[in-house]
Amino acid sequence: MSDDAPIIELRDVHLAFGEKEILTGVNLRLAPRERLVVLGQSGSGKSTLLRLLLGILKPSAGSVQFQGREVSQMRRRPLNAMRQKIGMVYQYSALISSLSVRDNLALQLEELTDKTPAEIDALVDEKLALVGMADARDKMPAELSGGMRKRIGLARGIIMDPALILYDEPSAGLDPVISSVIDQLIIELSEKIGATSVIVTHEMESAFRIATRIAMLYQGRIIADGTPEEFKKSADPVVAQFISGNIDGPILEGGR
Amino acid sequence: MLNPLPYARALLQHLSSAVWLLIQTVQEMGDHARRGRLPFRLTSFFEQTERVGVGSIPLVALVSFFIGLTMALLTGYQLQPYGQERLVPPLVAIGFSRELGPLMTGIMLAARIGAAFTAELGTMTVAEEVEAIEAMGLGPLRYLVSPRLLAVFLLMPCLVVVSDLTALGGAAAISRWAFDIPWRSFGESALESLLIRDIVAGVVKSFLFGLIIGLVACYKGLTVRGGAAGVGHATTESVVVAITTVIGFDTLCNVVLVALFDK
Repeated sequence: MSDDAPIIELRDVHLAFGEKEILTGVNLRLAPRERLVVLGQSGSGKSTLLRLLLGILKPSAGSVQFQGREVSQMRRRPLNAMRQKIGMVYQYSALISSLSVRDNLALQLEELTDKTPAEIDALVDEKLALVGMADARDKMPAELSGGMRKRIGLARGIIMDPALILYDEPSAGLDPVISSVIDQLIIELSEKIGATSVIVTHEMESAFRIATRIAMLYQGRIIADGTPEEFKKSADPVVAQFISGNIDGPILEGGR
Repeated sequence: MLNPLPYARALLQHLSSAVWLLIQTVQEMGDHARRGRLPFRLTSFFEQTERVGVGSIPLVALVSFFIGLTMALLTGYQLQPYGQERLVPPLVAIGFSRELGPLMTGIMLAARIGAAFTAELGTMTVAEEVEAIEAMGLGPLRYLVSPRLLAVFLLMPCLVVVSDLTALGGAAAISRWAFDIPWRSFGESALESLLIRDIVAGVVKSFLFGLIIGLVACYKGLTVRGGAAGVGHATTESVVVAITTVIGFDTLCNVVLVALFDK
C-alpha cells in the first residue's frame, strides 16, 4: 500500500435498522495520520459509523474498506486480524470490570501475541506512562474516576500500536480541564505512534482542538467535510447552527 | 383465540440462535487452537470450575441429603405395613442415580449458576464490555462463553455423584433410625440393585443438562437489551427457561430410555 492510499474508505454506505434509516449514502476517505473529527447530533449515526469500521455492524449497501480490504465481506479470522490493527476507545471506557488495569491492558497481548510476561509488563507500563496513569496499574476499574477510566481506555486502545484509533465521545461527561487533558492526549498519541484517528464527538471545543479535518453527519449523510478553518467559515446553515448552538435554524426544524 | 404461531416462531428463533451460539463458540475455539494456543483461557476456566463445582457442593449436598432422607422416610412408612421396607435402599439408589440426582442438580445449578452467568454476561453486554472484547479481535464467545460452558458441562456429572451419594447417606441414616436397616445392609442392597444402564443414563443426562444450563445462561446474557431492567428480566428468563428445558429433556430421555431398554 502506498503512503497516499486511504487507510479507510467508505463509498455510498447505507445502514438501516428495520424501517429506520441511519445512514443514507456516506462517502469518506481518510489518509494516514489524519485526525478526523466526525460531528453530528446525538443519534445521528456517528457511533454507528465506528461500528461499521470495526465490522461489528454490516452496511445495508455500499462499501467499507480498511487498508484496501472490504470489511463487510471479511470472514471471522481476517476480521479479527484486522481488528488488532484498530484501537477503539469507548464513551464509557468499557474496561472489563473483573480485571485490574494491568490485566485490561495486557489482555490482547496475552491472547493474541507470543510476548513473554516480562515484555507484556514492560509494554503495559509504557502505555500507562504515556497516558500518565502509571500509578493505577494494580487498581480495579471500579476504583477509578471517569477521567482516569477514559485514560486507561486510551492506553488499552493503543496497546497493540494500531494503525487506526477510533474514539467514541472521548471527552463526554468530563469537566473542562480533564476534557482538555484527554484532547491533548489524543493529539500526542496520534503523533507519537503515527496512528490515524477518527474521533466522534458533538463537543465543538474538543473538535477544533483535536481535528486536522472535520466532517459533519446530518440526516444520514456527510454534509460538510474540510479543515477546522474551512468548517468555521462554512456557509451551510446546518453547520453554522451546530457550531453556534442556536435554537433557531434548520436542525430543530428537521430540514436544511 | 390465542394464535400459537408467533410463539412457535419466536421459540424456533431462540432455539436456532442458541445452537448458532454453540457452533460459533466451537469455531472460535478452533480458530485459536489452530494458532497453536489453548482454545480457552485456562485461568478463566479454573475460576469457573471452582465457582460451578466447589461452590455448588454445599447446596447440592444439603438439598440432596434432605430429599434422600424424606424419600426413604415416606416410602418406608408406606411399605412397612406390608413388611417391604427392605425395598427402600434400591428405591432411593435407582431413583437418584437415574432420575432425581441429575434432575435436582440441574435445577439447583440452573438457579445458582445459570442466573449468575446471565447476570454477569448481561451486565458486561450493557456496559459494552462484550463489544470491546469483540473490537479487540479476541472473540467474545471463546473468551467469555467457552470457559463457562465447559465448566458447567464437565462438572455437572461430578455434582450429580455428590447428589447421589449424599441422598443415599440421608436415606441410610433415616432407614437405620426408623426401620432398623443396618448401614451395611443398606449399602449392599443399594449397590446390588443398581444396573449399569441406570448409572449410564444418569451420567448422559448430567452432561446434557450441563450443556443446556450453560448454553441458555450464556445466550440470555449475551442477548440482553435495555439496561439494568433488561439484565433482571434476562436473568429470570434464563432460570425459568433452563429449568423448564431440563425437565423437558429429562422427560424425553426417560421416554427414549424406557422405549429402548426397559421393555
